Amino acid sequence: MRKWLYILCLLCLPLLSRAEAGEDFAVADVIFEHIGDAYEWHFWGEGDHAVALHLPIIVRSRTTGWHCFSSRRLAHGEEYAGFRLSPDSGKVVEMVEGQEVRPLDISITKNVLSLLMSSLLLAVLVLLAARWYRRHDSLEEAPSGLAGLLEPLVMMIHDMARENIGEDYKRYSPFLCTAFFFILLNNFLGIVPFFPGGANLTGNIAVTLVLALCTFLAVNLFGTKHYYREIFWPDVPAFLKPIMPVIEVFSALVKPISLTIRLFANMLAGHILILSLVCIIFIMYKFGPVLFGSMTFISVLFGLFMDLLECLVAFIQAYVFTMLSSIYIGLSREKGE
Amino acid sequence: MNLVTPDGGLLFWMTLIFLLLFFILAKFGFPIITEMVEKRNRHIDESLRLAREAQTRMNDLEKEQAALLEKTRTEQTQILREAARTRENIIAQAKSEARDEAAKLLEKAKIEIAAEKESALRDIRKEVALLSVDIAERVMREKLASDEEQSRYIGRLVDEFTARNQTN
Repeated sequence: MRKWLYILCLLCLPLLSRAEAGEDFAVADVIFEHIGDAYEWHFWGEGDHAVALHLPIIVRSRTTGWHCFSSRRLAHGEEYAGFRLSPDSGKVVEMVEGQEVRPLDISITKNVLSLLMSSLLLAVLVLLAARWYRRHDSLEEAPSGLAGLLEPLVMMIHDMARENIGEDYKRYSPFLCTAFFFILLNNFLGIVPFFPGGANLTGNIAVTLVLALCTFLAVNLFGTKHYYREIFWPDVPAFLKPIMPVIEVFSALVKPISLTIRLFANMLAGHILILSLVCIIFIMYKFGPVLFGSMTFISVLFGLFMDLLECLVAFIQAYVFTMLSSIYIGLSREKGE
Repeated sequence: MNLVTPDGGLLFWMTLIFLLLFFILAKFGFPIITEMVEKRNRHIDESLRLAREAQTRMNDLEKEQAALLEKTRTEQTQILREAARTRENIIAQAKSEARDEAAKLLEKAKIEIAAEKESALRDIRKEVALLSVDIAERVMREKLASDEEQSRYIGRLVDEFTARNQTN
């Protein structure tokens, strides 16, 4: 009986709502706006009623040098100092002789701001936790508060480094910890739908590429003789000797690429799935109250499920990235028999 | 496609910020935490090892104590038994010595008594002999008061002697 009452209430919801979404609701645009980068941080509202944080644009033109201005000046297709937002890519372009030329663009975009804030947050959290250990005698009392929260995670990564890397794991443990916490924090912030979360940072290929490149450097800059011998002169029959280095070098290059794509694709897919489920609500608006209400119910249910799943994925992906990094580093630290 | 081409600006900022974050955390963050926790882990391991050692030592001590107690008890019973035996021995020895002494005394007394008796008998015999000689003298004197009697008596004595010599 009570269940039916709930469903009835849900069915009445659309009658009360004043949502303006309708026939011209473009799902793809909404999704790509959410997962993409932007020169402003959009909060709510559409068109002239939009409330957004306009971020600074920093560009260097080949002809006119450095420029720094608010993205408000480029809103609604306006032009400023020869720059405007390209209607195709949404990036800042300069009009030179009727051609769109991309200037050197190091603007503080939505992702960069999110990156700054999350990095600051992470630094503060870890330094506060470290301060606890500096101020207290860890032999006398158990860690509490922030230190107690972070310690198991830090030690999980530290132990993973010890198991996978071997004797000089202490050199790599800080990098693995930083990567893990960076990915984990940004994954979780990405799930939060409103400011200061909501930026799709770990679902951005530039971010994951830099992370994977760091792993690549950690693997290949400190490789042992044995590791390089395995790549360029492995113990294989003579006719394989010329082929093996090609394969091994290719495999060494593919490793960071696979790390990049795995994290990027997983987080992006999660975001797209949740956004799609939410978009169902707005698409169904024009199909009448009954369908709208029931589909809202279903999409909220599935959205909740996906959100919980994403919480799991956020941790798993951070863990997998760190574990694979530590395994790759461990392979490069092998001394041979 | 926009999504899979890394954006230069974000690459720049990401590299800068991530490396900065990494250097800060690798210098002031994670090593301090991990070092402290490892120190604590070592301390815990050490304490556990010490506790285990103390436990075994205590067990050993307890065992030793029990063994000592057991040994003391057996020694005690042994000593008691020995004491009892010694006591019995002493008593038995004393008894036998006393018996021997008594027997010796008795023997001596008997010998003395016998000697006394002997000497007493000798005295009595001597006395009796003297007495009988005395009495015989008195009787003889009484009997031989007259001459007739004396001669009769002498005659008889002579007869007797001759009779005795004839029989020999």
